[in-house]
Amino acid sequence: MAATDIKITGIPSRVELQRPARSLWKDAWFQFRRHKLAMAGLVTFLFLMVFTLVGPLVYHTVVNDIDFTMSLKGPSPEHPFGTDDLGRDILARAMIGGRISIAVGITAVLIAITLGLFVGAIAGYFAKLDSPLMRLTDLFLSLPILPLLLVIVYLFRDTLRAAFGPELGIFLMIVGVIGVLNWMPVARLVRASFLSLKQKEFVEAARSVGDTDSRIILKHIIPNVLSPVLVAATIGVGGAILTESTLSFLGLGFPSDVTTWGRLLYDAKDYIDIAPHWAFFPGMLIFLTVLSINYVGDGLRDALDPRKG
Amino acid sequence: MSRYILRRLLIAVPTLIVISFVVFAILALAPTDPMASFGADPRVPPEVRERIRESLGLNDPWPLRYVKWLTSVARLDFGYSFMSRGPVMDLVGQRLPNTLAVVGVAYVIGVLLAVPIGMVSAIKRYSVFDHLATTFAFMGFSVPTFFTGLLLIIIFSVKLHWLPFIYDSTLKITSLSTLGDQVRQSIMPITVLALFDTAAIARYTRSEMLEHLPLDYVRTARAKGLRERFVVLRHVLRNSLIPVVTLVALGIPAVFGGAIVTEQIFRVPGIGELLVRSIGQGDTPVVAAILLIFAVLVVLFNLIADVLYGVLDPRIRYT
Repeated sequence: MAATDIKITGIPSRVELQRPARSLWKDAWFQFRRHKLAMAGLVTFLFLMVFTLVGPLVYHTVVNDIDFTMSLKGPSPEHPFGTDDLGRDILARAMIGGRISIAVGITAVLIAITLGLFVGAIAGYFAKLDSPLMRLTDLFLSLPILPLLLVIVYLFRDTLRAAFGPELGIFLMIVGVIGVLNWMPVARLVRASFLSLKQKEFVEAARSVGDTDSRIILKHIIPNVLSPVLVAATIGVGGAILTESTLSFLGLGFPSDVTTWGRLLYDAKDYIDIAPHWAFFPGMLIFLTVLSINYVGDGLRDALDPRKG
Repeated sequence: MSRYILRRLLIAVPTLIVISFVVFAILALAPTDPMASFGADPRVPPEVRERIRESLGLNDPWPLRYVKWLTSVARLDFGYSFMSRGPVMDLVGQRLPNTLAVVGVAYVIGVLLAVPIGMVSAIKRYSVFDHLATTFAFMGFSVPTFFTGLLLIIIFSVKLHWLPFIYDSTLKITSLSTLGDQVRQSIMPITVLALFDTAAIARYTRSEMLEHLPLDYVRTARAKGLRERFVVLRHVLRNSLIPVVTLVALGIPAVFGGAIVTEQIFRVPGIGELLVRSIGQGDTPVVAAILLIFAVLVVLFNLIADVLYGVLDPRIRYT
């Protein structure tokens, strides 16, 4: 790097030694682009987003078009993914269902990240609160997550359904419960980074010019912990999509009138012998989504790690 | 060391009490009435239903019910199931062997496959094998277990008719042919679970090995003329396995949780299947017991993982 500071005079150089400054994120993007599988994952994920968001607007078949004469037909030019027991088009249902699955994944992770950042930052910054907050984190880590999710969803879904309507009520509950049961790893990560960062000179400098605690936390330390949190968040989205589809698959997720990928598989599993296509396409979509997200997360981890170059 | 274990055990007790409180509170405060299905029979007059509630103590305030429940749980008495009218412990006891036969075997297979795969991946980094193993690992933890399960059923049961897709727990192993049947019916559920476990542990083993391979002690070992096999197996692998062992121990409770889905797909009458069924039937005593058992498993294996870490790595000092 020092070489770039030396001005070579006299010799006309054809090579431009000085390169334009790159910000952390530009640098990360530069690294990320070289990770082929991560790029493939990103492209796939963007394609799936378009597929679920724009797809239903341009696709010709209506979601709830019941046609018993077309019941349980395999893939055909008219119905590329085949039809279900009521003769509804599975491609159309998969497009609509993906919206909820992906929305659940992203929203649940946003909740988990917010909680995790909050708890981790406070525990790491304020020494007095560290021990009680970490006790709380350990306690949450000891909860049996999947069984507890099943119980909570089953017991509270009717109430929430009555309060917010079938779609929004269940959405809020599933997103909330997944978020509340998954913030702990982020909190630990953030706390560990905070513990080391708050000893650094730049924090001392900020304090010496009179910055308040909240300003130091928000403006100086949090930007420095964002990259590992971003990686955790990316992978978390995949995990949350899997959790939602698992709940739906066990019949404890969204009700039958709301289509999600997991719900499609739940409905399909009793017809697995006569209509395997019904389970295959939604299952492949979940798999592709989570796989592409995991590759993006892996690429981000490599790109944001300053030790790699 | 023994003082450390004792102290950890003492911390585990309040943790478990708080968890039991959370579990009980969720069940007690839920708007869904545990007696809803029990008393749904229209032939049961309301006053009889009320008397049943009274006799079961369901009309007591729930904090009182919690204290009663906790004191009997402390004596390992989880009460009676609303549905089968039998003691909860008996129900769980009947189901546990099935879960262990599937989940336990799958986990052991997963670990036995994962460590060599991760090791070879790390040593031959960026080789064809490594790329294959990495792809396989990513697929392994991206694919939902219920989807792999259904795919296996489509291929091996529906299309090829090779394997049965319902697990028959009444099968007694008396001869070679019944042993064969047991193996045949276990292959698919075990494969589904092992795929997932192998993926995660192999990936972890690989990254731990990669951390250790460039370290000085490895160079020293090579410099003093040890054969490469010896360097890798005796030095690098042993050191890399310390965190892997911790991960394996920590993963055991999660494996039980993951088995809920697999048991559902293949109809293995295990503990997870019992949980899902009991939730659906509003059988509160069984649900509470299973949740608490899962919590005990998590706390116990956290403790085991920490202790193992100290036993395997003498640099760790407990204070």
